[in-house]
Amino acid sequence: MTSTTTELVDYDDAIARFDPVLGIEVHVELGTRTKMFDGAPAGFGEEPNTSVTPVSLGLPGSLPVVNGTAVEYAIRIGLALNCQIAESCRFARKNYFYPDVPKNFQTSQYDEPIAFEGHVDVELEDGTTFRVEIERAHMEEDAGKNTHVGGATGRIHGAEYSLVDYNRAGIPLVEIVTKPITGAGERAPEVARAYVQTLRDLFRALEVSEARMERGNVRADVNVSLRPTPDSPLGTRTETKNVNSFRSVERAVRYEISRQAGVLDAGGTIVQETRHWHEDTGITTSGRIKSDAEDYRYFPEPDLVPIAPDRAWVEEIRASLPELPAARRRRLQGEWGYADAEMRDVVNAGAVELIEATTAAGASPAAARKWWMGELARTAKQQEVELAELPITPAQIGQLQRLVDEGRINDKLARQVLEGVLAGEGDPEAVVQARGLEVVSDDGPLLAAIDDALAAQPDIADKIRSGNLGPVGAIIGAVMKATRGQADAGRVRELVLERVQAG
Amino acid sequence: MSSLSRDEVARVAGLARIDLTPAEIDRLAGELDVIVEAVASVSEIATPDVPATSHPLPMTNVFRTDEPVAPLDRDAVLAAAPAAQDGKFLVPQILGEDA
Repeated sequence: MTSTTTELVDYDDAIARFDPVLGIEVHVELGTRTKMFDGAPAGFGEEPNTSVTPVSLGLPGSLPVVNGTAVEYAIRIGLALNCQIAESCRFARKNYFYPDVPKNFQTSQYDEPIAFEGHVDVELEDGTTFRVEIERAHMEEDAGKNTHVGGATGRIHGAEYSLVDYNRAGIPLVEIVTKPITGAGERAPEVARAYVQTLRDLFRALEVSEARMERGNVRADVNVSLRPTPDSPLGTRTETKNVNSFRSVERAVRYEISRQAGVLDAGGTIVQETRHWHEDTGITTSGRIKSDAEDYRYFPEPDLVPIAPDRAWVEEIRASLPELPAARRRRLQGEWGYADAEMRDVVNAGAVELIEATTAAGASPAAARKWWMGELARTAKQQEVELAELPITPAQIGQLQRLVDEGRINDKLARQVLEGVLAGEGDPEAVVQARGLEVVSDDGPLLAAIDDALAAQPDIADKIRSGNLGPVGAIIGAVMKATRGQADAGRVRELVLERVQAG
Repeated sequence: MSSLSRDEVARVAGLARIDLTPAEIDRLAGELDVIVEAVASVSEIATPDVPATSHPLPMTNVFRTDEPVAPLDRDAVLAAAPAAQDGKFLVPQILGEDA
């Protein structure tokens, strides 16, 4: 175990003196209807232990049968990651004792993954591309879920007992393992984040998983090591487990770089161990000393025959791959007419899908971008949430823009409507009704306000009459103020001019 | 092949969750050594061009269609467990490892 009182080194200082190397393992739960090795429903959020079968529970005599759809999904992932697909591969037993694995082994793949030797290009925030080499992608099954009861923190230490739900046990997983990621330097945390995000987008595009981070559909284990220079041999790595949001991936890498630099500066050595990520405090703490692979006593699973994907089948799957996210982004940028920098901002803000859905709901690409990248981006930033987490839908933005386009509300009122929608007051239409925000289209009250404004500033009326239209704005401003912004400025201008000419 | 040390036997026993007395470790170190040597003699016959066999039958690609079956009744499942609570299996405190 390492000391828990390590002095953190300032990130920039750490990066100036050490070269970070990453390795990332991403697990994705496949969106099949049933589990990996039997027909138990693979539902999410079911009542505990209601999606279990003899195979999920590891009951004696139960035998696994591979889910063909899960194999197809694994091949899709492998192909999208530019991997080779194995001519033949096997499952293996990974033996360990833990209550979430009722068989006392996890059925996984060991030395014969279904996909290997690939790469994926990751786009960074400044638009540059970083290539991450993929070592392998293999199939395995998820474990059950433990809840630790008793103790102050709900974590395992101090727990009096644990409760186990096996609904998740046996859900198909694909684990994607990178080769050591070198050359990222100070951008290592950003590369890690962008890589996981790229995979998430890929899973969704491939329709192999809903890939919802907050549900744990995608989970990342992040290996970090430091070495003095890029020419030095690889340092000892730590593996921070279950980092389950993009932001946390970035923070965890950053933290480990600072922490390991501190250990090394103090003359210490890095222990090869798993570490826990603490979302609340943004630190990692020591877990267990990492088991050697031989401790798992892997051996070929005798209850499952090898998988030898027919080459014609693999090519059929390759041909059926959808447009992948990077290509899709390029296409959408063209369709929307966004400049490179605009598109990059949209991508970085996670707004591509939102804008696409908003344009589908009738808004122009420019209007959709204006809302999501303006008012809503500010709100999301203030509340420290992702854009997609805001309680507003693309359809609602579409409706809001339609109200503006129809002249029923102006931009200023639209912002108030937006506030109302975000506050949970319903659709834009409902907010307009409830708050009485519609533009005053009846000329009566406008004329009364105009007359008041002109009377208050008689010299302005004279100037306008003499052909100097400059001061019209002052009258419009006064009318807008009097109507609390609910007037159509264009209509007010027309009426002011009519009024002045008539007077 | 080298002989198995007492430490190795103790470690393997630990991995397999088998509680051995020092006397048992001594005895098993000798017995396992004989077994390991016997198995190792296979490698004298198997040359590198003989692929390892994990399955005696030449079968591949036995797949199931992705169709759900009815899960087990939860009450029946939990009735078979030593203890349960809130629809979940109750297991003793887990020590020395992490989730």
